[in-house]
Amino acid sequence: MRDVTLTINGTSKTGQIEDRTLLVQLIRDFLGMTGTHVGCDTSQCGACTVILDGKSVKSCTVLAAATEGADLKTIEGLADGDTLHPVQSAFRTHHGLQCGFCTPGMIMASVNIIERHKGQIDEATVRHELEGNLCRCTGYHNIVKAVLAAAESYPQGWPAGTDPH
Amino acid sequence: MYETRYHRPQTLAEAAQLYDGAEDPAFLSGGHTLIPTMKNRLAAPADLIDLRRIPELRGIRAADGRLIIGAAQTHAEVAASDIVRDAIPALAQLAGSIGDVQVRHMGTMGGSVANNDPSADYPSAVLSLGGCVVTSQRRIAADDFFAGLYATVLEPGEVIVAIEFPIPVAAGYAKHRNPASRYALAAVFVSRFDGRAPRVAVTGASESGVYRWSEAEERLAERFDVEALEGLTAVKAIMAEDMHACRAYRASLVATMTRRAVKAMGGMVVS
Repeated sequence: MRDVTLTINGTSKTGQIEDRTLLVQLIRDFLGMTGTHVGCDTSQCGACTVILDGKSVKSCTVLAAATEGADLKTIEGLADGDTLHPVQSAFRTHHGLQCGFCTPGMIMASVNIIERHKGQIDEATVRHELEGNLCRCTGYHNIVKAVLAAAESYPQGWPAGTDPH
Repeated sequence: MYETRYHRPQTLAEAAQLYDGAEDPAFLSGGHTLIPTMKNRLAAPADLIDLRRIPELRGIRAADGRLIIGAAQTHAEVAASDIVRDAIPALAQLAGSIGDVQVRHMGTMGGSVANNDPSADYPSAVLSLGGCVVTSQRRIAADDFFAGLYATVLEPGEVIVAIEFPIPVAAGYAKHRNPASRYALAAVFVSRFDGRAPRVAVTGASESGVYRWSEAEERLAERFDVEALEGLTAVKAIMAEDMHACRAYRASLVATMTRRAVKAMGGMVVS
């Protein structure tokens, strides 16, 4: 066992883990934050997407031990109490979800797309950059609409300190 | 996943020392092949030596007609690099077409080249551009480096530090992806040089991994345009055959991707 300390959603947290523990297991099983989902567990579906040091990654394919000292953002870090993050709000407005299983990963990937491109995105960019997230309900159209709508409010309508860059 | 011990060396020398002192070690880079393989219990190294934080493996620069990329640079970093985009735009675009965004944020060029997956993108660029694989021990020409499916001439404990690419007059890459896995069913990288014959490398298609298509190179050496390739067909016998595509289809794709790469010189097309 080893201790791994990282900043999660702005708060320093330490988990006692095995060297083989995956980042998603640290988040869900050791720290009890179950918003991050495990879909395929084979780095295909993107349901486990989190933002690690400003970059979206699939937390089922990252070793927790390798994240010592990292800055991690999960779906729990987006809303401010009852006030949804603009991307969460846009997914609701545009009906960008149905069963909701892929949604945390979709939203984390989308937040990262908008932040990396500083809100300057078109439909082709969104579709290309969401290739790593699978949704088996909606057919993606409303998800893409939601991401484009949320990008329009960047950065004025976004919470302070959301941009990792 | 079976138990393993994780190490994060800060220097190449420390990595070598850890490797020598371990019973059953493996080097870890982006981990997007090794970790899934370990999860399936198809690999179970007792020690994992993470190479990503080693400064010697980082950096992208162009000098003396060569582009030099550190092995631990991620696909996303290569794709976004102005130096790579200026020197060899097709290489930047190739990097930006690997897997998906999340994979590109983790996967590294050195990891991909060392793994030599028969459907990986980078080996075709390394071979076509006639790159030099710089390791912790020696310099290996691309023509001598790849040794069949998932095999290279790297010795145990030998680490890719960087890859040097001669900057061509132009290069083009064309890829036809399996729509589910997004791996190449066939992809072709074509490089054109000043004073040297063009080189054509094929990935995804052959049952023995990346290879140079010498007949296409000869045609293009005589006349570098897409008409020069007319009527040229790839040899079916060397193609892979699986549930995704038969030999005849892959051979047909190789010829088509070669023509498309020649038309796309200076960039890439993906289908």
